[in-house]
Amino acid sequence: MTSWERFLDAFFNAKVMAKYLPDIAHGMLVTVELAALVIVAGLVTGLALALVRSLGLRPVNLLIVFIVDLFRALPPLVIIVFIYFGLPAVGIAPSGFVSTWLSLTLVLMAFSEEIYWAGITSIAKGQWEAARSTGLTFIQTLMNVVLPQALRLTIPPLTNRTIAITKGTALGTVVAVNEILGMASSAVSNSYNPSPLTLGALAYLILFFPMVVFGRWLETRMAWKR
Amino acid sequence: MPAKPIVEARGIHKHFGALHVLKGVDLLLAERELVFVIGPSGSGKSTLLRCLNRLEEPSSGSVVVDGVDMLDPRTDINHARQRIGMVFQSFNLYPHMTALGNVTLALRKVAGKPRGEAEALGHAALARVGLADRAGHTPGQLSGGQQQRVAIARAIALEPRVMLFDEPTSSLDPELVGSVLGVMRDLRESGMAMIVVSHEMGFARNAADRVVFMDEGAIVEEGTPAEIFETPVQDRTRGFIGQIQRH
Repeated sequence: MTSWERFLDAFFNAKVMAKYLPDIAHGMLVTVELAALVIVAGLVTGLALALVRSLGLRPVNLLIVFIVDLFRALPPLVIIVFIYFGLPAVGIAPSGFVSTWLSLTLVLMAFSEEIYWAGITSIAKGQWEAARSTGLTFIQTLMNVVLPQALRLTIPPLTNRTIAITKGTALGTVVAVNEILGMASSAVSNSYNPSPLTLGALAYLILFFPMVVFGRWLETRMAWKR
Repeated sequence: MPAKPIVEARGIHKHFGALHVLKGVDLLLAERELVFVIGPSGSGKSTLLRCLNRLEEPSSGSVVVDGVDMLDPRTDINHARQRIGMVFQSFNLYPHMTALGNVTLALRKVAGKPRGEAEALGHAALARVGLADRAGHTPGQLSGGQQQRVAIARAIALEPRVMLFDEPTSSLDPELVGSVLGVMRDLRESGMAMIVVSHEMGFARNAADRVVFMDEGAIVEEGTPAEIFETPVQDRTRGFIGQIQRH
């Protein structure tokens, strides 16, 4: 066996790949499910926090800033391990899937809150004044005038941050989630061949490459003056 | 001056921290009257205007507009603001909406008009400022003069009792000023009570009933345009008029 053949056998072994393809496909489904739940919950809770923060209640805002900074500072893996291995000590035992989902949701919530907040505060004071001068309430102004403009500004950074955090679903493998990496790893140990990892990498590319391209497209599209 | 003013501001003080911006200003505006407020920058004219609809909270004093005590905590300020139209130096149109969207937002959300009725009123308001054919344009597709006219339409669509203009032509190219002043003149002829902060002296001479000169947070002198522009009594007024007329 030449070294080239050894390389092909290790990473592109057709027999092994065919055998474990259904497992990887199943892992893909789990990853998609996990990612979708993280994106929805993270972006919605982040927006909710930013909206509450805009009300300008000092003690509430201090709490929001503390929570946001906390989850921006902690490595996602630490949060996952903390929830999965720590919470059972107080009688709550979330599954690996739930632990991973909750952790990544909290991280995306924290980062997206900061992005939404930056968008909201970047809208000129004159927009608020014009709307309020016609009798719109604070909330009406926020929802009809400020937020639509702010969201437009936040879409590119939000997309990039969402991709970065959603890739963290691979961390679920540490707490036995059957997502792509988890399925690929166990296939490697069962087959004594790393080819399933190649499949796994391909699966990640299929999922995330379109998102990256979409993010780039959005960025150029939103770049022109608002 | 007729008995019952539409705007009655008395003893207005405004502090920004240590800065005393308004030092006990009284300003009355009669129905159908147009008052021009002039003065050097930093004299408090814009702040005074913004105290009238409570975009700024006066530190003390009283503001009554169309019989409504604007500073009474029981007053529904959002409802009261419908009676007071305001036009800003920087237009402040909503860039993500069409001209019609800008005009109809408050009609729908504040006045509670159904969409169809709001749009009919919006089209009528745009027609009044000569922009009937621009209803579907966004602010980015309009010239500065057109944007400011949409801003006027946005305010008058709510049928206010008084209009406040805060340097409405100061950020316009000279050739666009005329169209905005034309709309303001039409508005005046329709009987709208107006307070205008501006340096458009030609317009003041033709259209104003009264000119108020402010300096350092207080009213120095007021009178008819002829009195203020031709025969000012106070030295500070004379100095200011002399300066702006040299331009």
